[in-house]
Amino acid sequence: MNQFKNFTKGFIKENPILVLVLGTCPTLATTSSSLNGLGMGIATTFVLIGSNSVISLLSNVIPDKVRIPAFVVIIASFVTIVDLLMQAYVPGLYDKLGIFIPLIVVNCIVLGRAEAYASKNSVWSSFIDGFGMGLGFTMALGILGAFREIVGSGSIFGYKFIPGDGILVFILAPGAFIALGYLIAIVNKIKKP
Amino acid sequence: MGNQLNISPSPHIHGKETTEKLMYGVVLALMPAFFASVYFFGTGAIIVTATAVVSCMTFEYLIQRYILRKPISVTDGSALVTGLLLALNLPSNIPVLMIVIGSLVAIGVAKMTFGGLGNNPFNPALVGRVFMLISFPVQMTTWPVASGFKTGYTDAVTGATPLAIIKEGLKNGESLSQLMEKIPTTFSMIIGNMGGSIGEVSALALLIGLIYLLYKKIITWHIPVSVIGSLGAFTAVMWIINPDSYASPVFHILAGGVLLGAIFMATDYVTSPMNPKAMIIYGCGIGILTAIIRIWGAYPEGVSFAILIMNAFVPLMNTYIKPKRFGEEVKHG
Repeated sequence: MNQFKNFTKGFIKENPILVLVLGTCPTLATTSSSLNGLGMGIATTFVLIGSNSVISLLSNVIPDKVRIPAFVVIIASFVTIVDLLMQAYVPGLYDKLGIFIPLIVVNCIVLGRAEAYASKNSVWSSFIDGFGMGLGFTMALGILGAFREIVGSGSIFGYKFIPGDGILVFILAPGAFIALGYLIAIVNKIKKP
Repeated sequence: MGNQLNISPSPHIHGKETTEKLMYGVVLALMPAFFASVYFFGTGAIIVTATAVVSCMTFEYLIQRYILRKPISVTDGSALVTGLLLALNLPSNIPVLMIVIGSLVAIGVAKMTFGGLGNNPFNPALVGRVFMLISFPVQMTTWPVASGFKTGYTDAVTGATPLAIIKEGLKNGESLSQLMEKIPTTFSMIIGNMGGSIGEVSALALLIGLIYLLYKKIITWHIPVSVIGSLGAFTAVMWIINPDSYASPVFHILAGGVLLGAIFMATDYVTSPMNPKAMIIYGCGIGILTAIIRIWGAYPEGVSFAILIMNAFVPLMNTYIKPKRFGEEVKHG
């Protein structure tokens, strides 16, 4: 597989949220506004790139029987970096995302890519894979967050353009499920015409 | 088709019921409740009902025509019933745009997404109603007071439903006997002279609808009786234990949407179980959940949530509760 295809497969073909349906918990919880969604996506992308590269680098050294704990330790180090960086430079966003930043450690996408891809492929391919998957994740979260913010509170990136309350259910959990369901349906339609 | 030799497995005797016939029967049974609502809430009731019915049928047509590209079945009356039931669950002064959004959710999300009539696991009108209740909490709980025919739409005097009065009062530490003076008398609750959504207020009109449905054999008695019976029994027990903090069963049955829910919503063919034993379990589930939500829940009224929750169990009941086949041996030990 050439690197370009490897990079773009995370966008639609193997999009972690919309096709593999991994990591739905942070997706549903953090997409109540477009900014939160994008912030979560970018944080996860950083962790994915870092963990994929390092795991692929160390794949020959890590004994097979203890690979999952080893992966988790590596992922946790990157999550700690992101956690501290966000706390220092974007405290507002950090407060909103709260517990979901530390929880990237147990995000299925990160562990899934480590197990399914990074441990078997070269460093460069794993880097590209992590980057593509991260962007696909960010894209899905951004779209979902933007839709929920527009419909739910009549604003986009915090800028209010419709006065009054929106359709409140889209800010809440049931709206997240409905919106994610329809987004998956649309992607299925695009994939299989 | 007429000249073909049709070979088909038995049964060869068909009933005369068609979807149209049953749906228009339900519409006819809803008419007393509709006229009562027009009497108590005036033109507001007519505007709400017309908007809901027209938008439900329009969305059904548009989705079947342009998205699903299926044969158009908008005239079978199911969208009409959905619209009518949705309207009867709304206050009479709700903004028209919200009714249109509710109708889109009822038809688009709850019905067409699952494949149209016959495939929807949840009652479309109730999904629309609950969606609106969560989305527009202020507008959905501002009830105009029933006060004879009037023509204004938004300037009506508003007040709380009897259930909301009880819920708020008990939260503020008032005793039930004090609160009973604020709520309408039992007689006005029977004829429908109280605050509430347009179709739920008149118990009398809804019971006329029930009698018509039973007479025409459109529904059986199992679901309405078990819903009302279990709600009555549960609240009666609570009432006997402590009459100071739990309202009487008569109040619980007449207030809110229990009658509308039990007679018209819970009995929806698509979303209710198929055999009598399962119907009674389903009905009791609705009644008890309603009582639990009303007494201990955050919302003053819980019929719509209770019906939706029990709807989710219907496929399970249809799988595990089956009538004994004729001639089937009962195995002992």
